[in-house]
Order: sequence, then C-alpha cells, then structure tokens
Amino acid sequence: MATSTPMALRKTPLNVMHRRMGAKMVDFGGWDMPVEYSGLIAEHMAVRTSVGLFDVSHMGDIQLRGPGSLDAVQHISMNDASKLREGQAHYSAMLYPQGTFVDDVIVHKLSDNDYLIVINAGTREKDFHWVKSNVQRFNCHANDYSDYYTQLAIQGPKAAETLAKLTKVDLSAIKGYWFKWGTVCGLANTLVARTGYTGEDGFEIYVPSDVATSERVWNEALEAGKEFGILPCGLGARNTLRLESAMSLYEHEISDKINVFEAHLDRFLKLEKGPFIGSEALKTILAEGGPTKKLVGLEMMERGIARDGYPVVDAAGKKMGAVTSGSPAPFLKKNIALAYLPTELAVVDGEVAVEVRGNPVKARIVPTPFYRRPKKTA
Amino acid sequence: MAYPENYKYTREHEWIEVAGNVGTVGITDYAQNSLGDIVFVDAPKVGAKVEKGAVFGSVESVKAVSDLYSPVTGTVTEVNGELASSPEKINTDAHSSWIIKVELGDPAEVGSLLSAADYEKFIAEETGK
Repeated sequence: MATSTPMALRKTPLNVMHRRMGAKMVDFGGWDMPVEYSGLIAEHMAVRTSVGLFDVSHMGDIQLRGPGSLDAVQHISMNDASKLREGQAHYSAMLYPQGTFVDDVIVHKLSDNDYLIVINAGTREKDFHWVKSNVQRFNCHANDYSDYYTQLAIQGPKAAETLAKLTKVDLSAIKGYWFKWGTVCGLANTLVARTGYTGEDGFEIYVPSDVATSERVWNEALEAGKEFGILPCGLGARNTLRLESAMSLYEHEISDKINVFEAHLDRFLKLEKGPFIGSEALKTILAEGGPTKKLVGLEMMERGIARDGYPVVDAAGKKMGAVTSGSPAPFLKKNIALAYLPTELAVVDGEVAVEVRGNPVKARIVPTPFYRRPKKTA
Repeated sequence: MAYPENYKYTREHEWIEVAGNVGTVGITDYAQNSLGDIVFVDAPKVGAKVEKGAVFGSVESVKAVSDLYSPVTGTVTEVNGELASSPEKINTDAHSSWIIKVELGDPAEVGSLLSAADYEKFIAEETGK
C-alpha cells in the first residue's frame, strides 16, 4: 500500500505541482501520475455536475505534415479522414494487418497538409515508430511533438464557462470534436479542442510544455473554475468517468489481440474508403461470419464488484469470458463492467455471473454507454 | 494523525481495542487513506471463527480490494451493520468505525501486536518519510 517516489517513471511538466497539491501518485503506463487529489468520488461528481481539471500531458502527439499527409493518414487510420474539414477531429484507431489495435487515436485535420494524431501515453514510442515506418512511402513527414505540449482537459457542464474566462475564442462556435486556435491565458495560437474522455462536454487545450507556463495555466484554470467548485481530477476519476461512458482503454477493451468488430467500434471503421492497414483482414472476418466474441456492458445484480480480469461464467460455473474493466460507478451508483462474451451470448438482458474472488455474483447484460449526458435544452 | 494509545495494531493495518475478553477490530486511518473512497465491506457473520493472521473479509474502495487480516483468534460476536449501508464511515473516522467484535480464544495473542508508537514508526518506514 506504500507509494514511494520512483526514479525511473516519466513525469509531465506538472508533476511537481501535483505533488505540491498533495495528490496521491500512481504508475500509469510508466508515468508518475496523480490518481486522486481530494477523493475519487468527489472528483468524478465534480465532472458530472460542474467542472474538473485533468493533466493529460502524458498522452502523445504525432504531427503528419506534407502534401501526402491525407493519404498517409488514410493508410494507417481506420476512419475516413477525407471526410474531415479543417478544424474537425474524429475518433479512430490504427490497426495491425490482422485488424487488431495498435492504439485508439483522435485525428485532427489542421489543414490539407497537416494532421495531428493524439495517442495514448503507454504506447507513445510504439505508435510513433508504427506511424513513421508506415508513412515512409507518402510525401509527408512524421514528427513526435508529444513533449512540446502540456495538455489539459477541462471537463463538465461548466467547462465552457470556465474556459471562457481564459480566452476570447468563441467557444460556442466550437461543436463537439471540432477545434480552433486562439489566445488562451495570454498564449497565442493555442489549440482548443472540444474533445475529452469523460462523456461530458469539455475541452482539451494544448499549451507550451515548460514548467512555468504549465503551472501558470493550471493555476489560472483552477482560479477560473473556483466559482463553479472546480476540482483537480486524477486518473482514478478519469477511469470511472470513461467507464460510465463505455469508452475503451488500451490493453483492456482494445489491444493487439482484439479486432474492431469484437470491440464494437465498427461505427468508426470505413472499409468503403479503400484499402488501409487491416482492411483486408476485417473484410475476411466479415465474410466468414463476423466476430466470435463481443464486448458487452454488465450491471451487477447482487452485492459484489466486478473488477478487471474477473471471469464471467455461465450458470454451470464454466468460464466464458472476462471483465476488461470493472468498477463501482460513482454517478450511476451501480457496479458496472465491460466484458467479452461469446457472440451468441452477448445479448442485452441476458444474465451471466461474474466470479468475484471465487464467488459467482449475478450480472445483467445492459446496453452501452451506461451513462449519456443530458441533452442541452436551449 | 494520532493513533489511539489503547489500541493495538498489525502490519496489515488493522487495529484492535481489547476490553475484557472481547476485541473490537477495524482498519487504521493509514489504511483508509491508502484505499480511497470505501464502497463495500465484506465482513463475516456472527458466530464465524477467525484466526490470527488469516483473512476474515475484505474492504473495497472504488479502485481497489484489500483483504482484512484478523489480529486475533476467536469467534465473531458482533458485526457493524452500519457499514453495509454507509461504508464511507470508515473514511470519515477509521478508528471509530469498527468492523467486527471478537471473543478472544487466546488473550495472550494481543501482547505480540504493535503498540501505537511501533505502528507509527512502521508506517513512517513504509512511506519512506
């Protein structure tokens, strides 16, 4: 249970700030990151009801520049980047030739010759090498800009009002998954994207990664959100928020052993755009009857919390799948999980059991996402 | 944090308060702080036997499960029913939120447990302070 200061972990520019603020730290994919400040549940609820601030600088940023950028993106990414307009982003994934996941990403179109791909923290080097080696034959350059940016996420119903105090950019003109450039906290040409990993409205801003600037922006964001009860939030709440929204986490719902259909992410797959890495394998999977297992949402029906890796069993106690992510859901006040089950059993309202440390606990298959934020009425 | 002088402690972060032949058992403030928001306590039933050093239940926070190790051998005489509906009470006041009461099978076992001073030294070493 002890947490000591490890020497080998990577740190974001805000590492000293997090420790100064008394955050509990954790090793996340090789990064020394805050897992909670005041408490996971309080932070989770702040994002659902008001606003929370996250340091997500551990994520990576790959820039593709040059006339061949679009062709390069189309080759490595499963979604159709030709549909993106300048200032627009979309969720996608890079796939291996077998149709399994290298990583899930957000692709931003800065211009016809300029794309930004935001990637996961734990896969930074792997992803960059994957991109670099696979775009060689296109007329573009791949640059790893991960260390250039401190990335902050401001998430929640009051995120826009909070960020509006720090910028003159018209936030109401930025729709979900779109972005603009503007001056934020006095910093010119700051990328402001209406993206996030919480299921709430919110923004991610990308500021210079020197410690002084990073700390200043962090503090100004906390000051701006003070009247709304803003809380700094850690990876603990980040995980429970994305789980309630049934968003995937690499090495859990998606991995190099899971394909797009199994992961239930085929709405982001555009086979019709033409061949790309993984497309042929996925076409074959479809032709041969589709995936043999599928990702489902579970809600525990009896006392017990399903956690990552717990077996899912049938009535006879035979293992038929496993939980990929499971936890209490602080906003929904239920215990929920995502799990892989054989396709024929992956039916909403079906009843299964999760083996919680040796005891089967009943669970029901429910539609996902578990949580959808209320639609704005005005 | 002041650890009550009249309690005894284990290296697994349980405390026990002994009165006569009955020991009242809970987890320490250090434990609740490490766990985070507690959402679930799995306690044995009245009448169950517990054994010194053996797992007798578990405490779950949002992000983790932690086994509970009994400081003593004996029989469970009472279980704190409040924790079924309000497990977060352990976060608020770990040293008052008892989990089980045990009739001691061997009162001499208590002598080998850590004093408050020894426990504080132990956790200081754990956290490298």
